[in-house]
Amino acid sequence: MEIISLQSYLLIGAVLFSFGMFAIITRKNAISVLLGFELVMNAAGLNFVAFSHFSDPVIHGQVFTLFIIALAAAESVVILALIISVYQKMNTVQIDEIDSLKG
Amino acid sequence: MELKEVIFIMIALTTVVSGWLVVSLKNIIHSAFALLVTFFGVAGLFVYLGADFLAATQILIYIGGVMVLVLFAIMLSEKVYNVPLFQKSKILPAILVLGSIPYILFRVIMEASWSVRTGGGEIMGPTTETIGRLLLGEYLLPFEVMSVLLLSALVGSVVLIRKEVGKRRGGPSWK
Repeated sequence: MEIISLQSYLLIGAVLFSFGMFAIITRKNAISVLLGFELVMNAAGLNFVAFSHFSDPVIHGQVFTLFIIALAAAESVVILALIISVYQKMNTVQIDEIDSLKG
Repeated sequence: MELKEVIFIMIALTTVVSGWLVVSLKNIIHSAFALLVTFFGVAGLFVYLGADFLAATQILIYIGGVMVLVLFAIMLSEKVYNVPLFQKSKILPAILVLGSIPYILFRVIMEASWSVRTGGGEIMGPTTETIGRLLLGEYLLPFEVMSVLLLSALVGSVVLIRKEVGKRRGGPSWK
């Protein structure tokens, strides 16, 4: 296997995705969950660019990654606003303590 | 081994190791800075993939925008030190997920016969013009929808975070 090949980019993307999922599942702090989410988005973008580089004569994948970056930025802004407003109301951002909707 | 392969391996290792630091460090500020290194690594991989415009965008938006926002949110919201980080009850499902999903992904990646275009994998030169033409041609509708989405995110975050200053007479109350 060559070192710089499609597979190596896909492997890096898979590893980043797994780390992001791990953070999303296990972390207690809402901001850490957001960091894991950013890792997942980055892995998805990396996969798009890798596929477009190796098998597409036009660079559609790069345009898609541009949309992914814009989407991730917008989402993280809203999520951070939610986190801060929850902190103002409940004085915590630990996601297992925010349970006022639990019956 | 050529020089570019050595540099590629270094960038890949930086990305993966700092990605692991993001999920494992105890201090959330440190973990945010590790994420910054990961963003730089992914930008380097974009350069290797011939996506110069995307690499610049990655650095500008993620490092210039998102990371600053995350750091501000951390400073505004939380005691940084000595907070419990992991949910103990979620460790087992996380290990199951971390065991199964990467295994399937690695098997698929290594064993599938990827059809690589002949001549694929060559650097094509500056991509900015092509991206601009695609954005204002084929992808015009998603582009416009994205601008509406950004506007709604802007308004939505302001509405979420503002403080109620006095009661308005009449009109719906938000609480």
